[in-house]
Amino acid sequence: MQLHDVWFVLIAVLWIGYFFLEGFDFGVGILTKLLARNRPERRVLINTIGPVWDGNEVWLLSAGGATFAAFPEWYATLFSGFYLPLLVILVCLIVRGVAFEYRAKRPDENWQRNWENAIFWTSLIPAFLWGVAFANIVRGVKIDQHLEYVGNVWDLLNPFALLGGLVTLALFTFHGTVFTALKTVGDIRQRARKLALSVGSVTAGLALLFLAWTQIDQGDGKSLVALVVAVAALVAALVANQAGREGWSFALSGVTIVAAVTMLFLTLFPNVMPSTLNADWSLTVSNASSSPYTLKIMTWCAGIATPIVLLYQGWTYWVFRKRIGTQHIAADAPTGAVH
Amino acid sequence: MDIALAPETLARWQFGITTVYHFLFVPLTISLAALTAGLQTAWVRTEKERYLRATKFWGKLFLINIAMGVVTGIVQEFQFGMNWSAYSRFVGDVFGAPLAFEALIAFFFESTFIGLWIFGWDKLPKKLHLACIWMVSIGTVLSAYFILAANSWMQHPVGYRINKAKGRAELTDFWHVLTQNTALAQVFHTLSASFLTGGAFMVGIAAYHLLRKKHIPVMKSSLRLGLVTVVIAGLLTAVSGDVLGKVMFKQQPMKMAAAEALWDGQNSAPFSIFAYGDVSKGHNSVELSVPGLLSFLADDDFTSYVPGINDTNKTEQQKYGPGDYRPIIPVTFWGFRWMIGFGMASFAIGMAGLWLTRRKFLLPQHLRVGEDEVPHLVLFRNKALGPTLTTWYWRIAIWTLAFPLIANSWGWIFTEMGRQPWVVYGVLRTRDAVSPGVSQGEVITSMTVFTVLYAILAVVEVKLLTKYVKAGPPELTESDLNPPTRLGGDSRDADKPMAFSY
Repeated sequence: MQLHDVWFVLIAVLWIGYFFLEGFDFGVGILTKLLARNRPERRVLINTIGPVWDGNEVWLLSAGGATFAAFPEWYATLFSGFYLPLLVILVCLIVRGVAFEYRAKRPDENWQRNWENAIFWTSLIPAFLWGVAFANIVRGVKIDQHLEYVGNVWDLLNPFALLGGLVTLALFTFHGTVFTALKTVGDIRQRARKLALSVGSVTAGLALLFLAWTQIDQGDGKSLVALVVAVAALVAALVANQAGREGWSFALSGVTIVAAVTMLFLTLFPNVMPSTLNADWSLTVSNASSSPYTLKIMTWCAGIATPIVLLYQGWTYWVFRKRIGTQHIAADAPTGAVH
Repeated sequence: MDIALAPETLARWQFGITTVYHFLFVPLTISLAALTAGLQTAWVRTEKERYLRATKFWGKLFLINIAMGVVTGIVQEFQFGMNWSAYSRFVGDVFGAPLAFEALIAFFFESTFIGLWIFGWDKLPKKLHLACIWMVSIGTVLSAYFILAANSWMQHPVGYRINKAKGRAELTDFWHVLTQNTALAQVFHTLSASFLTGGAFMVGIAAYHLLRKKHIPVMKSSLRLGLVTVVIAGLLTAVSGDVLGKVMFKQQPMKMAAAEALWDGQNSAPFSIFAYGDVSKGHNSVELSVPGLLSFLADDDFTSYVPGINDTNKTEQQKYGPGDYRPIIPVTFWGFRWMIGFGMASFAIGMAGLWLTRRKFLLPQHLRVGEDEVPHLVLFRNKALGPTLTTWYWRIAIWTLAFPLIANSWGWIFTEMGRQPWVVYGVLRTRDAVSPGVSQGEVITSMTVFTVLYAILAVVEVKLLTKYVKAGPPELTESDLNPPTRLGGDSRDADKPMAFSY
């Protein structure tokens, strides 16, 4: 296994980490409209992800930075080629971050409602667009001999990609729903468990369709295994949810994300971004990667930093492991923020 | 195509707008993290309530700031690929590594521990909670270090070779990239300027409250901390600026000649403090200058030779082929002056503040009313009353808050514009760095979107900051004064409202 293969795996790991973690906080953001009935319930939802969403988002920054360093050609083609969708995602991430931080900073109801609307839309849109982007990467796009993207934005909105977008949207919503069931108490927990059944069933249907399409198009034996694991885990997550085993349900919906993203990266390898115009113009792990020296340094950095990151991020989840409910929201403070 | 709407020009404008905007928040974030950590340390050690109140007050302003710094930082990382794909392809092997290090080592640190700090007040024991804000502070400094090392490589590329077959620069010595003198000088200068910014921010806001005689114990401590920070950081900024200047005179002679609008090289070159007339055509009009100072700044010698714009342009033409290697002279000339001028003004106000708040300039003992006494400032002594009360210093001090921010912005504009037409000095021209596949319409769209969004967010941010500044430090609650003694908080309080939530 050469270093650029290692880095292909590491970047897959960063994206998996991103979708696993920010997946549920996107989902919780979407639930602020789908599940929460009133202001205290919305605040409970937001507080379940409050201490962690920022750390979750860094997985994206790391995936971006690592792609820049390990596969500059991939980074350049992808980010300049998917210009407008990325712009939309960036705007959403900006508004979303500000919304979390600023929502409670004024008691004014209008102020808070506006930021809550912002949280909903800025969670929903990226959850959809990431699926569109990944479906396009896997399927291949119009790349010319100079490794430049020569399609336009409408080429990116093909049926396969739109289905991919619906899958991530549904999957992240499901992931967020089981997370909410795991992290809350009382009425909101009961409703989250109920909602998980319907969201999960829709997700299972969409995911099966999309993954099967991918498998038929460009799959092999390994990707078939990942497909089976993804779908089986999703069904098991639903069963666990029905049985009231919320921890298992969340873990299993996580496994679904891990397996599904793994499957996409398996079908991609050894390409990183195939060209639909000419197979010779595809970006591959070897023609898109950095020099062995850079990859070696980065491997040392990732090898040392990643376990430490996992340790202290894991610790954060442990510190905030308690379930919360509306009784934890101070009644006298309309802002929810005492300080 | 019209040059004003060329994708290169638009992409540069977008980069300039997003970077200057991002950098309004970064220095404040770096310094306020450390200053808040310092105040919280003071509380943990002394248990004096005013330190806890100060921690909460400055911590809140810090959080409002870091939120903006973080979200605008995401744009910075992505737009290299979006608008500058040719640049990314060419330098990714070198430039990407420090960027990836920044994400893996610094960003994770910052963002994880900030969540713990915000929500951990009633979950973590005192000292562990304190450690979290220090971790955040370390994260911000590390982040600055890696990104400045990457930028320094653009100013002065080292530790690489050109791979002609692949048409790109390749890293050969990462350690050299991280430790070259340009990077160290730039980190030193930027960090000290950051603390100057945070110090002036504290001075300005403390002065605002003291002028109104409000929140006196907390604001007196804050004022003192701010003033000391401004003076120490101001000195370090000047020293590091001098070091960085000397490095730049050697490595980027064109930038420094342009900074001085020094058209023809000369011995004992003067430092021009002010010039009137068109500096882009040579500054022979009204001018105030200190003879020999420029030579001294460049070389530690009042008589040495400093090359001018014209000679440097000729040298570069011989080296890199025909072309115009001059940056936009008025921008570099005035950018340099405004950076130094506003930085110096903040330092001067800090010095004056420290001098004026000495014990002997406070009211005499028999006129004081205890700890809540505002440090009234004086210029003249009145024999009967003792020192005469004045408020003028407070009024000026409030405005200090803005000075370093202006200086920082011009500092970056000078650094980046002064390097033009190069994006990597001597290696890659800016016009060869833009994304060839991105259309004019796309760049106009994104530039407009970012500019409008940033403008709206600026209004929101300033309103929020003003609201929290005016509200002053919060009153303390029971749970503030009795933080948990063990991890996870007290189980008896399982149903009590969260002390800190969104």
